[in-house]
Amino acid sequence: MLYRSKKIIKAIGLIMLLLIYLVFLSQNIKHWNALMDTAKANIIAQLKKDILPLQGFKNRLSTVALDAIPVAMKNAFPNAAFPLGAVHELIADSAEDATTTFGFIAAILASIMQNAGASIWINGSQSVFPPALKSFGLSPDKIIFIYLKKEKEILWAMEEAFKCNGLSAVIGEVQDLSFTASRRLQLAIEKSQATGFIVRRNSRSLNTTACLARWKITSLPGELPAGMPGVGFPRWNVDLLKVRNGRPGSWQIEFVGGRLKQVPTMKVIHQQQQKKTG
Amino acid sequence: MQKRFISIWFRYLKTDWWIRRQAVLHDKPFVLALPDHGRMVITAANSLAEKQGIDPGMVVADARALIPSLEVLDDQPETSGRLLNALAEWCIRYTPAVAIDPPDGLLLDATGCAHLWGGEKSYITEIHKRFKHFGYDVGIALADTIGAAWALARFGQNDSIIESGQQNSALLSLPPAALRIEASTIERLEKLGLRQISQLISMPRSALRRRFGVQILERLDQALGYEEEGINPVQPIEPYQERLPCLEPIVTATGIEIALQRLLDALCHRLQQEQKGLRTALFKGYRMDGKIEKMEIGTNRPSCNLNHLFKLFETKIETIEPASGIELFTLEASKVEDLPTVQEQLWGNKMDLDNVELSELLDRIAGKIGAHNIHRYIPAEHYWPERSFKEASSLNETIQATWKVDRPRPLQLLSTPERIEVTAPIPDYPPMLFRYRGKLHKIMKADGPERIEAEWWLQDGQHRDYYSVEDEDGHRYWLFRSGHYDAAKSYQWFIHGFFA
Repeated sequence: MLYRSKKIIKAIGLIMLLLIYLVFLSQNIKHWNALMDTAKANIIAQLKKDILPLQGFKNRLSTVALDAIPVAMKNAFPNAAFPLGAVHELIADSAEDATTTFGFIAAILASIMQNAGASIWINGSQSVFPPALKSFGLSPDKIIFIYLKKEKEILWAMEEAFKCNGLSAVIGEVQDLSFTASRRLQLAIEKSQATGFIVRRNSRSLNTTACLARWKITSLPGELPAGMPGVGFPRWNVDLLKVRNGRPGSWQIEFVGGRLKQVPTMKVIHQQQQKKTG
Repeated sequence: MQKRFISIWFRYLKTDWWIRRQAVLHDKPFVLALPDHGRMVITAANSLAEKQGIDPGMVVADARALIPSLEVLDDQPETSGRLLNALAEWCIRYTPAVAIDPPDGLLLDATGCAHLWGGEKSYITEIHKRFKHFGYDVGIALADTIGAAWALARFGQNDSIIESGQQNSALLSLPPAALRIEASTIERLEKLGLRQISQLISMPRSALRRRFGVQILERLDQALGYEEEGINPVQPIEPYQERLPCLEPIVTATGIEIALQRLLDALCHRLQQEQKGLRTALFKGYRMDGKIEKMEIGTNRPSCNLNHLFKLFETKIETIEPASGIELFTLEASKVEDLPTVQEQLWGNKMDLDNVELSELLDRIAGKIGAHNIHRYIPAEHYWPERSFKEASSLNETIQATWKVDRPRPLQLLSTPERIEVTAPIPDYPPMLFRYRGKLHKIMKADGPERIEAEWWLQDGQHRDYYSVEDEDGHRYWLFRSGHYDAAKSYQWFIHGFFA
């Protein structure tokens, strides 16, 4: 009997020990898991960072502080930096929209060039009025205008310009841009330091392109303090329709004193969403 | 280096040329004639006619008496000059300095050229062979002086080469006509029984001068090399020129590329040593059939960058038609400027208009699609919008005036203002409505007017009153009324640009 009870006590003791060990072990595993999680997160963050250059975002160039661009717009991009050294595609449907788009480009270009550097602007014909660029903070004499009629020539010239290391930006105006052409441009720009802007005027179809971002800039009525004469500062609706690895968005921007300033607005409900719910 | 000259004499320059054009004439005696004092006088006879006793200067009627079947062709006096020029240009393949020697000869400065053909003997044999192949009967001589070569080509043995310094003995047995002196002097010498130069040479110089004039002494000195004589090349010799003769005619693009690469290599090396760069370069290919193929490039700033220049030429190689083959390539830098000293940079390329890569890019674009498509603008001191900027002449042209920013200017300016229909309160208010390209725009906000006067010293016309306006969509336009409001007269509204 005594012998039996001793055995039972021994067994209970063993079970207790096992339990303690198990509790200890489970705690350890939790700790272990936490460690594993942080390591994983690190690896993922690193991988994400590695992927960005492959997608066309350049680390070394994003160090240029583009003060003229509002923070909200920058936040749409990975690393909260406006991507330089990449091709941006801008859609314009009319002459008025094209001018607005040129204005937006000029404002960004001014902060990229920062009173130095040179750019090439390739058009079908003379459409930009050089003296007006000065009011955007650009030196018009630092821009070389090339007028070409054929789209093929424009694309060729852009590709050549992208390959050149002495340019801050290259702006081109085409009607249609095939995926292959955009891929070529993207590959060309990956090796250079220039930033590319392609204005697609009256394009027939909005096909997929290899460009890093797609914008659409339209003008909005300006606002003046009550009773003031004049037209006020230019105001644009900036739609970032597509951006690789970022968050597309829409902002109302006012161009004031050489800076793009975000205009606080009520939350814009997209028309498409309205349709769906209705 | 001892100068060496070649004189080429075409015995039947004009008639050989006629035979070249009309092969039928080859076996017939024929002459060229010109009307003179109401008669037809023979100016040139071919070898067959000459053998039968017909000489230039005879009257055609007399010649017909000798040979009834004689063919008479109209001579064109300007042919020989043109022909000699063409032949001289063809001869540039043998030496860069070729001069014409009217009426029927060429002079080549062969100094330092003969070794390229493996010595003087094979050099002049080659020339002789080529001319013979063309159908020209030529006499060729090579000597230290132009005078000696001229004399030997016409009065000596065929293909004679006078060793350096030997012209004295070579000339002795020749008649005085070999001295390039006037016909009247020759006649007088003949009368006096002086039939060989050897008889003249030993005479006292003062006696010769008194009897025959200064010319004979001068010619004698020139022939013997006591007096310097130069030639006047048909094509001025470019100071920066490279030549590449080919053993075999080149017909392939690869061959042309190799030739171009070699020539550029040599030229760039030379330019680099002299701290110069080329602005324009001309590449020529001399074809077997006598035609010349050319391609030309230009650069924005002086360059002696081999790769860049090669790229500029490369796009144009396809325009060259080698036909039966190109046997000589030349590359000349027609415009050469000093290279700007380039500051070596430790890090990074300066992104500016001074950047070499940028100017090379523009050269490439200009080479492909034309330089007239590339523009750079600088401010001009004018208020009139169309004249407020002007084209810069170069990349480095600095701006004198400043860009004006005091008044709003549209980012897009129509090259010619377009007429619009407006509804505007009179006399000086901005419009309320306007119609542009069929679309009605209701104006919500407006600014202005800004009056810009026509610059009367440049053009007539009315002033413009500009308004910047915004329609209900927020699009902004630059409108103007031409002239004052005047109900009696018509006045017009125009749209001139779009604001951003």
